[in-house]
Amino acid sequence: MRVVIAEDLALLRDGLIRLLTAYGDEVVAAVETGDELLAALLEHRPDVAVVDVRLPPTHTDEGLRAALTARERVPGLPVLVLSQYVEQLYARELLSDGAGAVGYLLKDRVADVAQFVAAVHRVAGGGMAMDPEVISQLLARPARAAPLGRLTPREHEVLALMAEGRSNGAIAQRMVVTEKAVSKHINSIFAKLDLRDCDDDHRRVRAVLTYLDA
Amino acid sequence: MSGVRRTRRELSQLAVAAGLAGLGMVPFLATLLTAGLSLLGVGLPLLDRTLAGTRTLLDRQRHRVPGPPVRSPYRPVTGALLSRLRTMAGDPATYRDLAFLFVHFCLAPVAAVLAVGLWLGVAQGVALPLIHTVAPGAIDNYLGLPIDSLRNAALAVVPALLLGVGAYWLPRGLLHLEDLLTRALLGPTTRAALAERVVELADTRAQTVDTQAAELRRIERDLHDGAQARLVAMAMNLGLAEELLARDPEAARGLVTEARTNAGTALSELRDVVRGIHPPVLADRGLAGGLAALALGAALPVDLDVDLPDRLAPPLESALYFTAAELITNAARHSGAARVAVRLHRVGTTVRLSVFDDGRGGADPERGTGLAGIRRRLAVFDGRVRISSPAGGPTVVDVELPCES
Repeated sequence: MRVVIAEDLALLRDGLIRLLTAYGDEVVAAVETGDELLAALLEHRPDVAVVDVRLPPTHTDEGLRAALTARERVPGLPVLVLSQYVEQLYARELLSDGAGAVGYLLKDRVADVAQFVAAVHRVAGGGMAMDPEVISQLLARPARAAPLGRLTPREHEVLALMAEGRSNGAIAQRMVVTEKAVSKHINSIFAKLDLRDCDDDHRRVRAVLTYLDA
Repeated sequence: MSGVRRTRRELSQLAVAAGLAGLGMVPFLATLLTAGLSLLGVGLPLLDRTLAGTRTLLDRQRHRVPGPPVRSPYRPVTGALLSRLRTMAGDPATYRDLAFLFVHFCLAPVAAVLAVGLWLGVAQGVALPLIHTVAPGAIDNYLGLPIDSLRNAALAVVPALLLGVGAYWLPRGLLHLEDLLTRALLGPTTRAALAERVVELADTRAQTVDTQAAELRRIERDLHDGAQARLVAMAMNLGLAEELLARDPEAARGLVTEARTNAGTALSELRDVVRGIHPPVLADRGLAGGLAALALGAALPVDLDVDLPDRLAPPLESALYFTAAELITNAARHSGAARVAVRLHRVGTTVRLSVFDDGRGGADPERGTGLAGIRRRLAVFDGRVRISSPAGGPTVVDVELPCES
């Protein structure tokens, strides 16, 4: 799998390269600034990009902006954004084009190497990987919008796991129910959120977006 | 307001001014008299009473003028009789009071008579045809116009109306003059205002230093008890694991797992510390982004209305962010509100934040540390905080900060 990495701290950049190489991925470019990232993404068209939110020169949200711009030009370009902190605002911006293939994780998650690499590959495959902290922030506040209020607690739980990017099988295992029960819950969520038309992957993204927008 | 009502109000204001001016002669003369007696060694308590009375009377004048009330310029008077008198005798405001009483006495009654007289003149001019018919020759001249025929008497209406224009505007001008006089003589002098400002600045500076020192202590403690302690534990675990690696790999694995958990907890604690110092989203996106993030994370729905042409100075952004965060939290925790509205606007060189909630009200800035903390935080920026929170709600907190253009 061809990967572009954007991270300005050498220590972490080298760590990411070592880690992904160890799992058989090929790092085609490792850049330090937002401009370089945009150029590298458009040039290499990688299978997935692993991007630090904060990059030089401004040390603000340079990396996120570059990733969003690249996705405007190359719709659905898989991007996994890493950060020292998570903001729902940014999660929403990443998801808002509805194309999926995005991840947004705390840098801490790299510590669980196997799960992290799985998340990178999931995003490369068009899936989602939202940090559990984004989800727990959402769950911490009471549901506000009408459609979310209609979800049962069980369905909330399924939606949260879906946002993390877990497959139906993984959700079933986590909740100790059958996969059939999970897909029943998911269909009910889609119906309640009025998401009937598009294909399954897109509906998952939409459902999570509805969650974030509430 | 209709012209008639306005004129009536202005005329009555002039009459009140004249009355007050006349009344002012009492303390004026009493001051001179008791001051003279005091030189002879008697009358000191009387002088004290008289000056106090003067000040009470003039405070009414300070609040009577149109526009914002004039601030009292007096130095604080305390202690025994002699020290009180010494303070008042050394206070320039005492002498400016006397000057005001004198000038006001000379001008205010004249102004009132002039204003009323002018209207009487107008009334006379308009009534001239009638007067001439009823009693010809009773008035034979109006503003230089000989009233010798009914035609001329009718013509007199023209100068009378012109006079009416003057009579309409004159009271306004006179009241304006009185306002200027009051502000010039009864307000604080530039010097006094500066002195007061210095006291205020010294005060807010001391508060800021205290607050910052306390903040640094809190951060130090958080790091010491949190992330630092976890890193120590982690280093110990890893060292031990290194030792055990050959002899007891299973135990070593357990220690490494524990070390990783500690690393994760340390990171999350560091994140909390950082958020408390300067939220990253604020650095990234400025106040608009910071407030949007606050609104998303709030425990109740927040309507956001932000209109900022460009970014504010970072210290202002930070102060306003934490103020908004505190107010939203208050609304969510204490007010029982169903929703909160946050508005942030910049008008000229003022930035204005207002936070509205539809909760039960009754927020008291004297109780609890939240609102007092906001006042302290904003004082250093010369910020103004107004709180309206009647029992039963709603609660509106308005914050105004000056910002450079």
